[in-house]
Amino acid sequence: MNCKCNKCGASFRSKLALALYSFFSICCINLFAQNCNNKLSIQVVDLHDGSPLSNANIEINELEIQGTTDFDGNVTFENLCLDTYLLTISHEDCGSVTQSIDLKKDVFRKIRLEHHLTELEEIMVISNNRNNSRTLFENKISNEVLEDYNNRTLGEVLKTVTGVSSLNSGNYLSKPVINGLHSSRVILINNGVRLEDQEWGIEHAPSIDINSIDKISIIKGASSLKYAGDAVGGVIIAETSKEKLLDSIYGNVTTNLQSNGRGGGISTDYTKTHSSGWYYKFQGTLKRMGDFETPNYVMTNTGFSEHNLSLKAGLNRIDHGFDVYYSLFSNYLGILRSSHAHTAIDIINAIENEVPHIIEDFSYDINIPRQKINHHLIKFRGFKNFDFGKFSMKYDFQSNDRKEYDIRRGNRTKPALDLNLQTHSLAFDLESKFDNNSNLKAGISARYQKNFPDPSTGVKRIIPDYKKYDFSLYSVYDTNFSENWFIEAGIRYDFSHIDAYKYYRTSLWEARNYDELFPEFVVEDLGLNTLTNPKFDFHNISSNLGARYSISESENIFINYSMSSRKPNPSELFSEGLHHSSARIEIGDLSFNSEVGHNFSITYDSSNEKSSLTVNAFANIVDDFIYMIPIDLMPTIAGVFPYWEYKQEDAKLFGFDLKYDSQYFTNFFVGHQFSIIKGYERANDKPLINIPPVNLKNQISYNFPELNNLNISLESEYVFKQNEYPNNNFEVFIPTEQTYQLLDTSTPPDVYHLLNFVSSIGFKAENGGNYKINLRVENLFNNLYKNYLNRLRYFTHEMGRNILLSVSYNY
Amino acid sequence: MKLLKYALLAIPFLYFSCSDDDDAPEPINEEEVITTMTVTLVNHQNGSDVVTMQTQDLDGDGPNAPVITVSGPLTAGTSYAGSIQFLNEMEDPAEDITEEVQEEDDEHQVFFSAAGVGMEFVYMDFDGDGNPLGTQFVLAPLGAGSGSLTITLVHEPAKPNDGLDTAGGSIDIQTTFSVTVQ
Repeated sequence: MNCKCNKCGASFRSKLALALYSFFSICCINLFAQNCNNKLSIQVVDLHDGSPLSNANIEINELEIQGTTDFDGNVTFENLCLDTYLLTISHEDCGSVTQSIDLKKDVFRKIRLEHHLTELEEIMVISNNRNNSRTLFENKISNEVLEDYNNRTLGEVLKTVTGVSSLNSGNYLSKPVINGLHSSRVILINNGVRLEDQEWGIEHAPSIDINSIDKISIIKGASSLKYAGDAVGGVIIAETSKEKLLDSIYGNVTTNLQSNGRGGGISTDYTKTHSSGWYYKFQGTLKRMGDFETPNYVMTNTGFSEHNLSLKAGLNRIDHGFDVYYSLFSNYLGILRSSHAHTAIDIINAIENEVPHIIEDFSYDINIPRQKINHHLIKFRGFKNFDFGKFSMKYDFQSNDRKEYDIRRGNRTKPALDLNLQTHSLAFDLESKFDNNSNLKAGISARYQKNFPDPSTGVKRIIPDYKKYDFSLYSVYDTNFSENWFIEAGIRYDFSHIDAYKYYRTSLWEARNYDELFPEFVVEDLGLNTLTNPKFDFHNISSNLGARYSISESENIFINYSMSSRKPNPSELFSEGLHHSSARIEIGDLSFNSEVGHNFSITYDSSNEKSSLTVNAFANIVDDFIYMIPIDLMPTIAGVFPYWEYKQEDAKLFGFDLKYDSQYFTNFFVGHQFSIIKGYERANDKPLINIPPVNLKNQISYNFPELNNLNISLESEYVFKQNEYPNNNFEVFIPTEQTYQLLDTSTPPDVYHLLNFVSSIGFKAENGGNYKINLRVENLFNNLYKNYLNRLRYFTHEMGRNILLSVSYNY
Repeated sequence: MKLLKYALLAIPFLYFSCSDDDDAPEPINEEEVITTMTVTLVNHQNGSDVVTMQTQDLDGDGPNAPVITVSGPLTAGTSYAGSIQFLNEMEDPAEDITEEVQEEDDEHQVFFSAAGVGMEFVYMDFDGDGNPLGTQFVLAPLGAGSGSLTITLVHEPAKPNDGLDTAGGSIDIQTTFSVTVQ
């Protein structure tokens, strides 16, 4: 019989010998001449991305000796006996873990720590280091910026990033534009869920409450393939922070008031965590605004109200966990009363008038025209770590309910547009470590979507009834090729099947030759209308190859090529009629294929303690780019309308962004951002519409650490006139005057320059929490200006001076 | 296994989502469309002198242009009692939109203008505030010639106003008829 001393591993011939040994209670180290020259090397790394953790403390409990990891996460203990030891590993940003180690020879052990507190740190300080993509320079918005913009919309917050602008319909409806592309070309991911909220519409703002988000990043690299293959413009990822793995309660209450709109909001979140990993979280926001004002007049019916809430609960253990997330985004917003045009002449009159036709006294009323949106999102997610990697499963359901109320005859108060979009998706993802230097991510997902336009509106459906089935596969591989090179490559396949039912005007069906091209779609000819059942299959491949070259610790070059394939959206396929808010007839095309974008980008990034510089250049060569061009004028009983058709032509976009921040003296900071984008049709070099004009932002700020971290800054935003635009103007015959007048919807507005004053101050509360007071004055000099990227610019100017005050309390 | 449990949790949702029926959606009753405007002019002096002008656009915003007809010439130096009827012929039977316009007289106004030939127009119906509506009017051709007559129905104009150019609102109908005055 062979027995073992469980302290030192010494073998005994018999139970008796072991008993004797135990009886004398003498440690075998003293009894036997033991081998005590063994080395235990430990590297502590972050569980999530394998990055080394320095300053982790390791204690060998039995011997009461301690060590601290160096910059590379390494620590070595020498002269250890062969024994089983219990190690306690702790790090200031992590909880502590205990692991036993059976030392039989020199051992190297890698210990993965759940480095979760840094996630929280990220929301407290601007600096953070965990990127979604490591081969593409990633633009991030910290929680600090989010806090400063807590009463704004997502589109406005994203504008703080160089190269991102927003396409607006009034003051509140704002869509992000990344490198000149927007709507269906920009995918939004809210807490891991691809937002499905009729995003094709230019006048549809994303259904996300910025108060429910702690971090936003914009990615275009291989990592975006996990989420989508059709992000020709880019992917915006909105996330909440991770929960702490300790017994804690934390949260925030923010209130804000603003002078323009004479309203404000309140937002709160509350998180309770337990060291066992269980947690729950609540967040809610209420906002209410009245009419906004330009320097000279009130923009009647531009107020809005918004109420949002989100709940999250789950279990977060190091190697497994799950969470349930629910969010409701709900808003009710007025559309500028005078923007209701019906014909080309209405728009000519509006442009001639300079100021809106209807200007009433300030009011909180939200009258017609207005929109009412309800977006529900439910997500279940579970994950578990296996030997082969981290496996996760996710199911989510979204219901987007959009009602648009327009000015109607006959006391009709029902909506003119009533769409319900329901989306279910199920996804499985695997993140696997190949070896110390490389990772593989792969996944498979399926999605089912159903659009239901309510026929009780009594208005022709803009978007038809359809069902869509998606299936996708992706795989992303990254590796530290050498000391300086990091390579990332990915590929994704998307399949979509669309099954739609649509009533076409028979006259249009025939005029577009659909009766010959798609006879199989016809279900029934009803005379005036023809019921059709268009069915499409799309097979799309997207891919990405990126590299990061580290010149030094603080200098990196990112090179990236990505190919994205986007299938035509419902509007591009099915539009066929008068779009009232644009006063034009818009016609889609059933024969479109997917548009394919080839994006090349190169970024140089350098940062040190005193300054940081980012230079980014990109070229986006898009084949079969889908966009609208004016074809002709079309007579109807209401007069003559411009007739616009969606076309598929090759396009090219290129641009250059620059960001430079530097610190002078001790507390004086200067920041600059510059961005320029050009976009053309490839065949004839005709400029694309709605390309953001060149803009230059400068900021100076001074910080007084001794005065409660008082920060005072002045921001300047200089937006040039867009001098490259397609001339889509028309001469319209005015019958009452027997003359032709120019319908000038193309000419961009003049250059403008805005100055903003920003200041903030923080106080510690007695109970350990802290207050932050933020004061912003936007458009300091109350300038009257128009914005090229505002669809309502024919009808109104932009907002005048706005004083915003917010107080937030963190605990 | 926990993951299996989560997967099972999701199944009812998937089942729920896939159990929709495949029926085609019902057709939409397009309610507010105006497809037809008929202007009837009856000579005050001679009841048998009736001139009818019509614009009819049965496919609405579809590609077919409206069909515009004028039954005959007007007589100079007389006056006509004019009335306008608006129809939605997409509905079956056709809906008379004139009633809606008259009910909401404070939100509507018909505007008249002539070019190339002299005409005078007098409003004969008014809203509750005494502002003109224009579904009933008098038309007086001043002299012989040929030209055009434009009739515009505006929804939500400023009332009272100085004419179409400054009235604002949005145009529901605007049609120019070629007219001859003998």
